[in-house]
Amino acid sequence: MSGRVRVLTLGDMGADEEKALGAHFDVVAAADAGAVGRDEAVRGIVTRGRTPINAALMDRLPNLEAVATISVGYDSIDVAEAVRRGIVVSHTPDVLNDEMADFTVGLLLATLRRFPAAERHLRAGRWRNGEEFPYSPSLRGRTVGIAGMGRIGGVIARRLEAFDVPIAYFARSPRPASPHTYHDSLLSLASACDTLIVVLPGGATTRHAIDAEILKALGPDGVLINVARGSVVDETALVEALQRGEILAAGLDVFADEPRVPDALLALEQVVLLPHVGTATHHTRGRMGQLAIDNVIAWFDGRDILTPVPECAGLDRRRPART
Amino acid sequence: MGPKLLQLCTLLPSTHDKLAAHYEVHQWPAEAAREEWLRDNASGVRAVVTGGHLGITNEMIDRLPDLGIVAINGVGYDRVDLDHAKAAGVRLTNTPDVLTDDVADLAVALMLNVMRRLPAADRHVRDGLWPHGPQALTRRASGRRYGIVGLGRIGHAIAERLAGFGGRIAYSGPNRKPVDHDYHADVAALAAKSDVLFVATAASAATRALIDRAVLDALGPEGVLINVARGSVIDEDALVAALAEGRLGGAGLDVFVDEPHVPETLLGLENVVLAPHVGSATRETREAMGNLMLDNLDAFFAGRPLPTPVV
Repeated sequence: MSGRVRVLTLGDMGADEEKALGAHFDVVAAADAGAVGRDEAVRGIVTRGRTPINAALMDRLPNLEAVATISVGYDSIDVAEAVRRGIVVSHTPDVLNDEMADFTVGLLLATLRRFPAAERHLRAGRWRNGEEFPYSPSLRGRTVGIAGMGRIGGVIARRLEAFDVPIAYFARSPRPASPHTYHDSLLSLASACDTLIVVLPGGATTRHAIDAEILKALGPDGVLINVARGSVVDETALVEALQRGEILAAGLDVFADEPRVPDALLALEQVVLLPHVGTATHHTRGRMGQLAIDNVIAWFDGRDILTPVPECAGLDRRRPART
Repeated sequence: MGPKLLQLCTLLPSTHDKLAAHYEVHQWPAEAAREEWLRDNASGVRAVVTGGHLGITNEMIDRLPDLGIVAINGVGYDRVDLDHAKAAGVRLTNTPDVLTDDVADLAVALMLNVMRRLPAADRHVRDGLWPHGPQALTRRASGRRYGIVGLGRIGHAIAERLAGFGGRIAYSGPNRKPVDHDYHADVAALAAKSDVLFVATAASAATRALIDRAVLDALGPEGVLINVARGSVIDEDALVAALAEGRLGGAGLDVFVDEPHVPETLLGLENVVLAPHVGSATRETREAMGNLMLDNLDAFFAGRPLPTPVV
């Protein structure tokens, strides 16, 4: 495959992604960054976004030019280090907004109405034996807070408006176009609502942003939905708050140390635990994979990257093509 | 001691306490003791409280000579023979509207949970499968063609919620309604033009097995059926066969023909979400239903107009 640009894939690629990449590049695959040795031929990376791409990996790939993650979040990538080295990083925003919003509303309702537990009750034959499933909480009368009113948060709000519930949000600055109540801190938002949806970006600045204090403010009827990153929630504090009844329930798609889920969470009936599947439909995973691949193709064709991360906006103009 | 009242269904403790404060409440005993109970206690029973899924039999109405009102703690009255109640001079009330929002929430929740297979995903985690690989990819729920069978109160509330999901909404029913959605007089025609079919029609002789094999086949192998109405509206055998044979894509079911018995075949399927008839089973709604049921009883015994009469 000499003459072709070598691209490293990290994490499982679907059959469509493998085919599309194979048509353009000399592809080498690794399950995670730890399995990658020194390789001077690698010029691009396409990643699932679940393994760290840091200075140590960049040292082993001295000719790396472009990293494309098949995700909207890019907290797994040391972007500052990438920028310093002139490596352009791209992600897949927007194509997953609808999917994430559908999923978040589904998870919220599944948590409130206790679907998995109700199904367990039924499938175990307890209903048949005359045992009524306990009354569940309701979405009715609740106030929903959205922590992080970015692209995805905005679509979640639009879905929930049709359910006729009051909505409030936290963001770094008010969204002038939003009809909903703005809070300038997470604590203020958590105090004003009983149902908190977390869609903050991951990374160092939001690490454990949802801590014991926020959960206490959410209150004993409180429901926490996390579809962002496990790192955003202090998982130990969450487990304690659930165990003590300081909040009512939680719906979690992300965890601090995926795919490991703490035993203390598995022991709780009032939590819904999902294996990080927010975007996991054929339709959207296909579009995300295609966009990530289009980004690396554009770069190595000498065109602009389509969807660089904001920090790389100055780098997204192709340097003169190497010959 | 207030009027003598027979309670057939379970109630929230708070509703029961309010009831007991104003009525002489008798609990319906276990099956073996019923005959004796009726012999000793039937006389003087002026009110019955029952659930929509239980209703009351004609025989029972006939055996309570002083019965004046049957108050259903629910919206459905398909388990009551209205003509018989009328002929016996018995009033009948239900609790409409207060449960509309919760049932509509549940219908949309079922749709999202079936298409995104969320209970199966929760099992994937709890069974320890995640470290061995991801759950299979699922299907998109928004931007679809949504069909609603029965655009009554609950059907309308479902349509309102679906408006946030960017799809196209159509409906069927006996009459066209003053709404923008496409109307199909025929349910099979609606199913043929739907990706997701919501059943929200009242149960009656006219809607018995309305969703039959022809409707299910029109919905097709990619189609999803959601039922929050009554089990009897669907030909359950045809539904089970269609799901098991892959002629129907999936189903979200809160109601069944012979509750609490659920067809064994459904329990083994991954493309279904099964709920134990919990459409209105939230604390908030059950409280509101109980209060409305009590209002009906109080009005009856005070000689005032009934808030929500059926008969």
